[in-house]
Amino acid sequence: MFDALSERFERLSTSLRSRGRLSDADLDAALADVRSALLEADVELGVVRAFLDAVRERLDGEALSQSLSPGQQVIKAVHEQLIEVLGGTPLKITYEAKPPTVVLLAGLQGAGKTTAAAKLAAWFKQQGRQPYLVAADLQRPAAVEQLRVLAGQIGVDVFSEASNPIDVARKGVAEATRLGRDVVIIDTAGRLAIDEGLMKEVRGISAATTPKYTFLVIDAVTGQDAVATARSFHEALELSGLIVTKLDYDARGGAVLSARGVVGRPVVFASTGEKLADFDLFYPDRMASRILGMGDVMSLIEQAERTMDPDIVAASAGRMMSGTFTLDDFLAQLNQVRKMGSLGGLMKLMPGVTKEMRTAASNVDEGELNRVEAIVRSMTPLERRDPSVIDGSRRTRIAKGSATSVSAVNQLLKQFSEMRKMMRQMGNGGSPALPGGLGKMASLAARGAGRGEALPAGFEALGQGMASAASAPRGGGGKNKKKKGGRVTPPKQR
Amino acid sequence: MPSVLVTESTPIPTLVDERSLAQRLAPSRGVFERVRALGNEREVSSEQLDVVEEVLLRSDVGVLTTNAVLEELRTNGAPEGVAAAVRSTMLNSLRADRTTSTMAEAGRVPVWLFVGVNGVGKTTTIGKLAQRHHDQGRSVLLAAGDTFRAAAADQLEQWATRTGSDIVRANEGADPGSVVHDAIGRASARGVDIVLADTAGRRANSTNLLDELSKVRRVADRAPGQVVETLLVLDATTGQNALSQAREFLGAAGVTGIVLTKLDGTARGGIVIAIERELEIPVKFVGVGEGVDDLIVFSPAEFVDSLLGA
Repeated sequence: MFDALSERFERLSTSLRSRGRLSDADLDAALADVRSALLEADVELGVVRAFLDAVRERLDGEALSQSLSPGQQVIKAVHEQLIEVLGGTPLKITYEAKPPTVVLLAGLQGAGKTTAAAKLAAWFKQQGRQPYLVAADLQRPAAVEQLRVLAGQIGVDVFSEASNPIDVARKGVAEATRLGRDVVIIDTAGRLAIDEGLMKEVRGISAATTPKYTFLVIDAVTGQDAVATARSFHEALELSGLIVTKLDYDARGGAVLSARGVVGRPVVFASTGEKLADFDLFYPDRMASRILGMGDVMSLIEQAERTMDPDIVAASAGRMMSGTFTLDDFLAQLNQVRKMGSLGGLMKLMPGVTKEMRTAASNVDEGELNRVEAIVRSMTPLERRDPSVIDGSRRTRIAKGSATSVSAVNQLLKQFSEMRKMMRQMGNGGSPALPGGLGKMASLAARGAGRGEALPAGFEALGQGMASAASAPRGGGGKNKKKKGGRVTPPKQR
Repeated sequence: MPSVLVTESTPIPTLVDERSLAQRLAPSRGVFERVRALGNEREVSSEQLDVVEEVLLRSDVGVLTTNAVLEELRTNGAPEGVAAAVRSTMLNSLRADRTTSTMAEAGRVPVWLFVGVNGVGKTTTIGKLAQRHHDQGRSVLLAAGDTFRAAAADQLEQWATRTGSDIVRANEGADPGSVVHDAIGRASARGVDIVLADTAGRRANSTNLLDELSKVRRVADRAPGQVVETLLVLDATTGQNALSQAREFLGAAGVTGIVLTKLDGTARGGIVIAIERELEIPVKFVGVGEGVDDLIVFSPAEFVDSLLGA
């Protein structure tokens, strides 16, 4: 989301670097550029001014560095300031000694509260908690139904009734207590900060349920209004933090900085896609790095660790190296990768991934993954172990069984065999560096994606998944990973 | 340094004195102080330029358009006063044809298709427009083409009941094109006057999602000329990303107009000026509340006045 801002800073950095020493005039020019970049990124004007003042102050106090180029020095100051404003240390979620812990969500219409409520419930579930959802949005038609459907997908119960939002919230918390649930998430109707009646109502909900956490759900595509909205909600509800949504859009996301800059409470969670898994804690320091184009390695690794089953990954990785990798392994890997959420979201977290690659990855058709899976599942165990037995009539049968075509089956088999050949070579090369080999695979997959070639989506997914799995156990794998990220850059498309 | 960067809320300066749309829109507009009576100048001072810049930037007009306006002020001065000069520059950017069509060729049912990103108010807008058509004596059929978001069809169905419209819906996950196809079939069999077709909210930076939308558009327009309006629903709180949304949806679905929603809040929606300057997509309607009647025809003069702080 902050891509454009990063690009801008990169250009800025280059233009300054070429000049040598930093004069006052240079600093003015550089900060003017930063100002435009921030404004284009939708950071609110007042926040931009305050931010630039702080950066200037930081630089004024500092002697011109001998070791850093002037451009680097400005970028460093901007970066440090970004980290400070985006949050310093993240808020750590703790739980009430006497359950339940109540979480209240509020925000404008269309910010994504209902989806965020379900995603948050899934997140708490993953933390080993027993969440309970309360649908107190009685305003928007079918909002309760929407929450029920989403909650059904993650196996969480929803409380609601046709009374009024305050009663629903109060009874919901009581019901959660009775059922012994330890976290209650209350979804409320979207409301404008200037709608006094509705703001009074949400204060009533807050008073009736005494939430431990009150989060404002804010949309990353918001413009200048982010400040007015955040401020009003903060005044009414005393926010504990922010949940930012729609980070998968190509918006530059300056609203995050704006809202953070006026309420002074951290962004706690970030939502990065339409799937329920596309949701995680927000890491301010990582986000600042991402703003400056450094990638977000740690998030990726954690996401991989959380969803990839290490046994499955290790077993098939071993077979990979020995060249006995089967289509069953392939299928297992594919499913591991899919558990991690959409490929587009995943790619976004990887450093060194170019815009073209991200676009390619976000365009990997999930339906294509389904087709690949269908083809493999239409094979007999023998065929999966040893694809060489697949003759013409078997191909026809597999195509029929998977409702695809013979050419699709052929394509998959061809790619699989090339992949296996390559793995065998890597294995024979005796390279102990698992990540290196996997990096090559990722690179192969990415090249395919970059050229838009007919590499089955499953292989791309596998390549990417293995690359991240490989780096997962390596504690300080960040730097390593970044280099590899550089290698997967596809040829520029022009 | 504290993490709170800005503690004081500073009102956006105002450039004009008339109150018009402002009063109809929101109480928030009333609080903007009338800070400056900017005089008649041949040459505009840098202080005045600063005020203009602040007003425009804080209305989400965007850096490029703001700079263009400032450049024009610097070059041409403001013989009629700064406010008037800015006003006329802005109005010059809002000259596209914003009439809407409710007629298709004889024997075909006119279709209005609604597109946009998630959460902008597509379904609510359809509800309001259904009422509007109904009030104008047209029978309406709603096509629940958002088969992705949980309970989206239920939401539209409630609007159908509320406005006395017919509705065609399918199960979640069904092909949106087929819903629209069925809706048109039923509309033509029953002699319905107009079809309003909903689509799922989608981000504008995914080729697949845009391709899917193109397909829905093609299905709806199988008898060419049947889709008489494709309306991009845009949230007034959106910042500069609105421009890329407009560009992508224009490319994928041939957008013919914009419905600017949620203008009853504190956001001013200035980005539509950049959109009309660059892409020539006119705003046709404005949403000013959650009520069924809270939809008005866009008026450039009122919009610009409210943007400039009236």
